[in-house]
This record gives sequence, structure tokens and C-alpha cells, in this order.
Amino acid sequence: MRLKKRIPVIDQGDKLGFWGGKFGGNFVPETLKKPIEDLEFQFNKLKNDKSFIRERDKYFKNWIGTPTRFIKLSNLTKHIGGAQIWSKVVSDANGGAHKIYNATVHCLLAKRSGKKVIIGDTGAGYAGKMLSMAAKKFGLKCKIFMGAKDIERQQPNVRAMKKNGADVIPVYTGSKTLVDAVSECMRYWVANCDTTAMCVGSTVGPAIFVRICGWSTSQISRELKAQLIEQFGSVPKKLKLYNCVGGGSSSFGFWNEFMDYSKKQVEFIGVEAGGPTKSKKHAAPLTYGSKIGILHGAAQYVNQNSEGQIEETESISAGLDYPGISPLHCFLKDTKRARYTAASDEEALKAYQIVTKYENLRPSLEPSHAFSVAIKEAKKLSKDTIVVINSCGDAYKDKKILEKKLGKKYAKSN
Amino acid sequence: MLNPISLAFKKSKKENRPALLTYTVAGDSSKKQSLEILKSISKYADILEVGVPHNTPVADGGQIQTSSYRAIKNGILMTDVFKIVKNYKKSKNSKPIILMGYYNMIYQFGENKYLKECKKSGVNGLIVVDLPWPENRIFSKKCKKNSINFIQLLSPTTSYKRLKGITKDSHDMIYYISMLSTTGGKLKVSPNKILQNYNKIKNISPKKNCVIGFGITEKTISKFKSADGLVVGSQICKEITRSLNNRQNPVINVSKMVNKLKKKLS
Repeated sequence: MRLKKRIPVIDQGDKLGFWGGKFGGNFVPETLKKPIEDLEFQFNKLKNDKSFIRERDKYFKNWIGTPTRFIKLSNLTKHIGGAQIWSKVVSDANGGAHKIYNATVHCLLAKRSGKKVIIGDTGAGYAGKMLSMAAKKFGLKCKIFMGAKDIERQQPNVRAMKKNGADVIPVYTGSKTLVDAVSECMRYWVANCDTTAMCVGSTVGPAIFVRICGWSTSQISRELKAQLIEQFGSVPKKLKLYNCVGGGSSSFGFWNEFMDYSKKQVEFIGVEAGGPTKSKKHAAPLTYGSKIGILHGAAQYVNQNSEGQIEETESISAGLDYPGISPLHCFLKDTKRARYTAASDEEALKAYQIVTKYENLRPSLEPSHAFSVAIKEAKKLSKDTIVVINSCGDAYKDKKILEKKLGKKYAKSN
Repeated sequence: MLNPISLAFKKSKKENRPALLTYTVAGDSSKKQSLEILKSISKYADILEVGVPHNTPVADGGQIQTSSYRAIKNGILMTDVFKIVKNYKKSKNSKPIILMGYYNMIYQFGENKYLKECKKSGVNGLIVVDLPWPENRIFSKKCKKNSINFIQLLSPTTSYKRLKGITKDSHDMIYYISMLSTTGGKLKVSPNKILQNYNKIKNISPKKNCVIGFGITEKTISKFKSADGLVVGSQICKEITRSLNNRQNPVINVSKMVNKLKKKLS
């Protein structure tokens, strides 16, 4: 299995949509074949269409707000005393997270194909919140599927979705989290694909959704590359990019532009959710060696039992609480381009405390996982190493959990 | 020699009616009871579809999900599904069995091992909901080699080009999904429109037995008498749930229901 150079990773799949011959694909009911083919045709055409790219860039710039900040965390760097620690503050983006890029592109595509309704899944509520924002912006009706357990623990985002006029549909099946929300959303699409567009909230699902999402979030690394060159004159000789990985949309977007650099120069570190220290459950299929299986239309490493039933996950961060992982990350793991590890709930919380103590930055629980590993590793790295952590979400949505786990002091906003 | 599935269609054609196909989930509500249900409905049904429960079913509506979760909760394993089929096949006037499920269950079991077990236990056909054409080409060939019918699915969204390719690669039986819906949805398209699409398929491949599924219930079944076969699933699963809630015997109630369905066809 090899990663090709000078070809975007999203375009390195084979005819049937498999990366490395085995990850991804289209394991979907017959009914969805046609709408997926239509979307593929539309996207393949538009992704090279100059007027479409201009339109995308216009909304990215004026509405989402690009570029998001690239800042040095000087106090933290001093406290840790190793590599230089920087952050790409993607939570600056309109709505407060990277999910806005994918949501915007899907709405642009839906508009062009004449669809009136767009549906989507959500875990932490970000994907749903952003889709509801974009749908409102582009005049589309919006339905968001969300696990009942996530609705309970991510109330601020639920309120935001409703305020944007979206129907939030609670999903009570299975573990009542993201995995069930995605299933329910796909089922709804099976029944309504003639009138409705579907947005999958991460780089997961049938191959076309993986590609569209990866293409959209790659905005993050396009900005970062320019910012690095502006700051250092060139892409640094020792650069390490840390990102949390749930479905894998923010990390893929954070890395994409640097794919062709050697991993000696630009190393990618993906941090999965290890779950509570005391629990055997986790959401880290790459770190803990889960087997390949089929989930939501794609072959991937996925938490499952020996029978092939998908296993329940456990993580403090709803956004990482997914038993599978993007086929793109399976591909990056097996080609050894990226390295994957996990942080536990407790480690993420501790990292959140450290970051908020030293910096005017409040990463949500998802990027706190990445901060945890970055802080640990930065200690042992040389001063000329540049560590960048993608702060892809803001902790406002985690207020309830932070209050419960750390007390009121930590839940206050900056 | 004709395979048992084709024979079942031949027999119903002789009686001038569509074949009646039922769908129940293996292990619902228990391993023993699901076997009893299969045995008792054999008097009326021509072909029995047996669902292999999976916990992330992307094409099933509420009723079949409920049945599947119930079966999984009761601890059903793949090996139990084969045992149920094997025991059923030992019973008097057993009918052809089609296993229906999602690809991950086959993938984890191993395709070759799975087919070997199918053969050993007496499975006659397979429907794999999320392994569409052309992705299923290799697996369907393997099925054929093992004398197991791989049943291709067609839907209202299937393009003409796909229709031709799929029917060409199909075995003796094809399954037409009547409308855009998960299983258990209400019929939202007129029976005439459905039969029009059905006839399109029959024109392209007149020799293949084509069944219609999704939205077929006691209420709607008699409107489709011109089809080769009709599948009733969700309504039966719902009847099992209803019986359990009312502390009645699902075996008796389901059997009664299938008897009624059969009467509506003759």
C-alpha cells in the first residue's frame, strides 16, 4: 500500500472508491447508488470548476472568516520548556469549529442540484450546528439527527440548531450517540433521497462523502501553510502537527497540504479518544488495533465484536465518540504517513486545565485530547521544533461537563 | 434440476398466484421461538427469508430494528442462525430459506467459511442489503459455485444502465424494492406505478423470478397479484412485538397472519 505524491489523497481511491485497495468503498443499499453517483458526478465536475471554487472561497472568506489565527502559545512553551508550541485556532471560524467548511460546501452542492432540504448527523453538535447555520444562509430546510445521549450533554449546540430553524431529531436506538445518529440519518436519506441532500458530518460514510469533507476541511492546512511561510520564511524543518481524531475531518484537513513533505520534516500525530481510564470502552480503533469492518457504507478499522456487531464506545468528548474512523486515516496509518495514539478522558481534562491556566485559549474537549499528547511530547523535543495543535473547537459547548468534572471555575468563559 | 427457490416459484405459478415470501429475524424473540415460527408458517409461505440481526442496520425501519435488537440482546450468534436453519430444514415440508443481512457479518465470519456453513445448514439464497452491484460480483459468483442464489436488489432509483447490468448478473431471483423507503414504511406510491416498474424489469429479463418487497401488508398485498412473488416482513415483526406486549403467543399469531396473507393471494 502506497501513498502517491502530487495527487490529492481524496483522489487516490480506486474506481470503486477504495483507498489502498481496502478502505472506504460504497457499502450502501441499492436505493442510494443513484443519488451517490449523481453527487460524485457533480462533485468531480465542480471541484475543478473555477467559478465554483471562487464561490466557495467567497463564502469561506466573507462568511466563515478566513484565515483563522495561527498563534504562538508563549506561556505554555515556557512552562513546558521544550519545543515551540503553536496553535491553529480553527475555533475562530464562524460557528466555532471546522465543521463549517464541510457544511458550507454541502449546502453549495445541494443548492446547485436543486435540492430544497438538507439532512445531517451530529455528535458533539458542531456538525449539526454548522449545517443548520449554512442551511439557513442558503435557504435550505434542515433536519439534524442526534443521539439522545448527546442531546443531553451538548445542550448549547442543540439550542443553536433550533435557533437556526433546524429540526433536531433525537435518536433513541443503540447507544444513543453519534453512531446511531449517522445510521438514522442514512435511513432517512434512503427514504427521501429524491428530494433531500445528505451531509455526512465527517470524513466517513460512502466514499464520496469522505472526499467532499476532506476537500472542504483542507482549507485549514492551506491557511496554515501560508501562515507558516509568513512566520518562518518557509515550512519549518521540524514540524509536528497534532490533531484529535474522531471521524477524522479536522485532522485530515489540518494535514492535507503537507502530505508530500517527508514525515521527518512534517510529522502528523492523530490523537484518538481513549475513554475513561477505568473503562475498557474507548473510541480509538487505530490505537487499540481494531479489525477492519464495514460501518456506514465504508470499510475501515472499527470497534466491533468477533461477530461483526459494532461496539459501543465511551468518551468524554461527544465529537470523538465514534466506533469507526475515516478510511483516509486507515490509509494514512497503513502507509505509515501518520502516527496515531490515544489520550484518556482524564488526560484530556488535565490538558484543558493546563492550557487554560497559561493561555487565553479554551479548546473544547476534543482538541484537549491533542493538547494532552502534544504537551507530553513537546517536553522532549528540541527548541527548534515547531509543534502546532489544531484547536478545532471551543469549550463553550462543554460547559456542563467541565462544571461537573472540574468545578465552576473552569467552566467560565474567557 | 431446478433449485428449490425456482421450484417454489414454479409451484405458485401453477396455482396461478404470486409466491408468498416472509421475513422474520433469526433469534426473535428467542432462538427456539424463531424456529417455531418458521415451522408454523411453512404451511402457508412459499419461501422464508431469515434476517441475520445486525446492530447498525442502515436500511431497516423501526419494526425490524426492534426485532433485531431483541434477538441480539438474547445473545444470537452467527452459528445459532445456521443451527436454526439446519433444524428447520429437518422439519416436515420445509421451504427454501434465504438469509438476509448486512455484509459486515459475512465479512467477519469469512466469505468462504460463511458459504460453507450456508451449504451445510441448507440455506438456499442470500440477500446482502449493503453489498450492491457491481461490488457484489465476486461474491455472487462464489455463491453460484456453491449453488446458493445470490439475490440482486433493484429499486426505483436504479438507472436503466444498471438495471441491464444487474439483471444480467443476477441468478434465478431478483428483489424489487417498491419505493424509496426503509423497511416498514407505508406504501407511498400507487400499486399501479410499482407494477409499471416491475413490468419494466420483467421485460428486460422475463425468465427471472422477480419479487416485490417494502410496503407489502395484509392491506396492500392483494393489489400485486400479477407479481412473481411478494415479501412481507415488517408487519410480521410488528406482530411479534405486539404479541409479546400482550403476553400472547407470537407463534400462533404470526401463523394466523401468514395464513391470512396467503388467502388474499389465492
